[in-house]
Amino acid sequence: MIEITGLTKRFGAATAVAGLDLSVGKGEVLGFLGPNGAGKSTTMKMVTGDLTPTSGHARVCGHDIETDTIRAQEQIGYLPEGAPAYGDMTARQFLSFIAQVRGFRGAEVKARVDAVVAKTELEPVLDQTIETLSKGFKRRVGLAQAILHDPPVLIMDEPTDGLDPNQKHSVRALIRAMAPEKAIIISTHLLEEVEAICTRAVIIDRGRIVADGTPAALLARSRHHNAVTMTLPAAQADIAKNRLKSMNDVESVEQTVLRVGLVQLTAFPKRGALLIENVSALAAAERWDVKELYAEAGRLDEVFRAITTHDAARAREARA
Amino acid sequence: MKFWPIFKREFASYFATPLAYVFIVIFLFSMGAFTFYIGNFYQNGVADLSVFFGYHPWLYLFLVPAISMRLWAEERRSGTMELLLTLPVPLWATVLGKYLAAWAFTGVALALTFPIWLTVNYLGHPDNGVILAAYIGSFLMAGGYLAIGSAISASTNNQVIAFVVSVVVCFLFTVSGAPIVIEFVRAWAPLVLINAISSFSFLTHFAAISAGVIDLRDVVYFLSLIALFLTANVVIIDLKKSA
Repeated sequence: MIEITGLTKRFGAATAVAGLDLSVGKGEVLGFLGPNGAGKSTTMKMVTGDLTPTSGHARVCGHDIETDTIRAQEQIGYLPEGAPAYGDMTARQFLSFIAQVRGFRGAEVKARVDAVVAKTELEPVLDQTIETLSKGFKRRVGLAQAILHDPPVLIMDEPTDGLDPNQKHSVRALIRAMAPEKAIIISTHLLEEVEAICTRAVIIDRGRIVADGTPAALLARSRHHNAVTMTLPAAQADIAKNRLKSMNDVESVEQTVLRVGLVQLTAFPKRGALLIENVSALAAAERWDVKELYAEAGRLDEVFRAITTHDAARAREARA
Repeated sequence: MKFWPIFKREFASYFATPLAYVFIVIFLFSMGAFTFYIGNFYQNGVADLSVFFGYHPWLYLFLVPAISMRLWAEERRSGTMELLLTLPVPLWATVLGKYLAAWAFTGVALALTFPIWLTVNYLGHPDNGVILAAYIGSFLMAGGYLAIGSAISASTNNQVIAFVVSVVVCFLFTVSGAPIVIEFVRAWAPLVLINAISSFSFLTHFAAISAGVIDLRDVVYFLSLIALFLTANVVIIDLKKSA
């Protein structure tokens, strides 16, 4: 439902987005990841019609955003970065305004606003001016504005930024509930959010896609994927470490002191190997006093850091 | 009618803050002060409002940019510009809706000067047709200043810059028909050019209308000037999208 081909945006000499190709279908929740300044927001702004691309195309439900702007925009619900809204309006006035601009008339305006207010739990602040609302409520007003017309395509720039854990949970539940019927793109810095709601993760860096896959596939690229971590008394640590190292499938072992007398060992597998069964059999055979033993799924932040250029490296490159 | 919701929201927003009330009070106060104290309305002993209307171009010069400066600069600063540009409304409708709201607001302020009309009718027997024509001319002129200010506001997110530049541009459009400019140009320019410059002036056209003659040419002048600057407004926003 969203097709992006060769999308490019230059600001003067700087290239913000460099030939992005991406297509998102119904039922997908695409998590857009990347360091600050990677081009996430710029891409979203081009797809929604806020910015004109330098070159390339973005099509929403078959409508080109540049040549068939209004039709394309009718299909999109968009939550811009920072959830901008008119501060001097009440939440109710603002949502009614959006409903009218979206072409609803008369009783339908009220019906739409009521439905979306219930979904986003805005009743308590409905008649307060938006500038007096807390960050969490402001964000939910922005979210309500985006989903008011039940759009087939939903694009949200950091939808849970500034929300407390409870609010994050309810917004994620809301997104998950809408997901089967829509194509959704969200940008986020929160890697746990990608694991929680996204069916697909795309990492971009300096305007290019550097990784694209399911969250599980990205996790598999982590060094910690299928690594085994065990906690045991310090007295047994050295022996255990040597025994683990001598195992066939073990690449390396790392040791961290948890607190006095307790040590955590992490065994990293060779490529594709599964360690957990052998390690737990070994521990049982050697009668180590194991307090904890588990296999890791992988760490998304580690993948993220490995893939995206480090800020310092980028700054050096820019100076050169 | 795509511009209607935009118009309604914009018009209501003037009255949601003290802006409208402060503006209207200052507008009416300065209109009164100029007419009665500087224009010596009573001492003139003539039952017409030519003194009152004579000050309109000069008051608009400062008061109208004070309204227009926030039209787009404020949207850019607060981020709501992104909302406006991504809603399914054609750009021309957004520009028109916001502009008409601002124009309607100045219309309200202008209409509230009616006590002076009551005063002059109480004092004597003025030609109310001429007064009506002058009100129409004044409203058209305010629309002209507003369109210029709106286009300039679209090019910046700084309201102070929008105000200062608007005042300067409006000033040029006002004085181009004043004797001082014409005298300066007459020394070297051909007659065609002199006529062209003076015909660009708000003063020339407003003077014609407020004399009681609503000439189609003067109306067309103001309407086409408004259309020109609103088109520029659309183009500026579009260019900024691809910048």
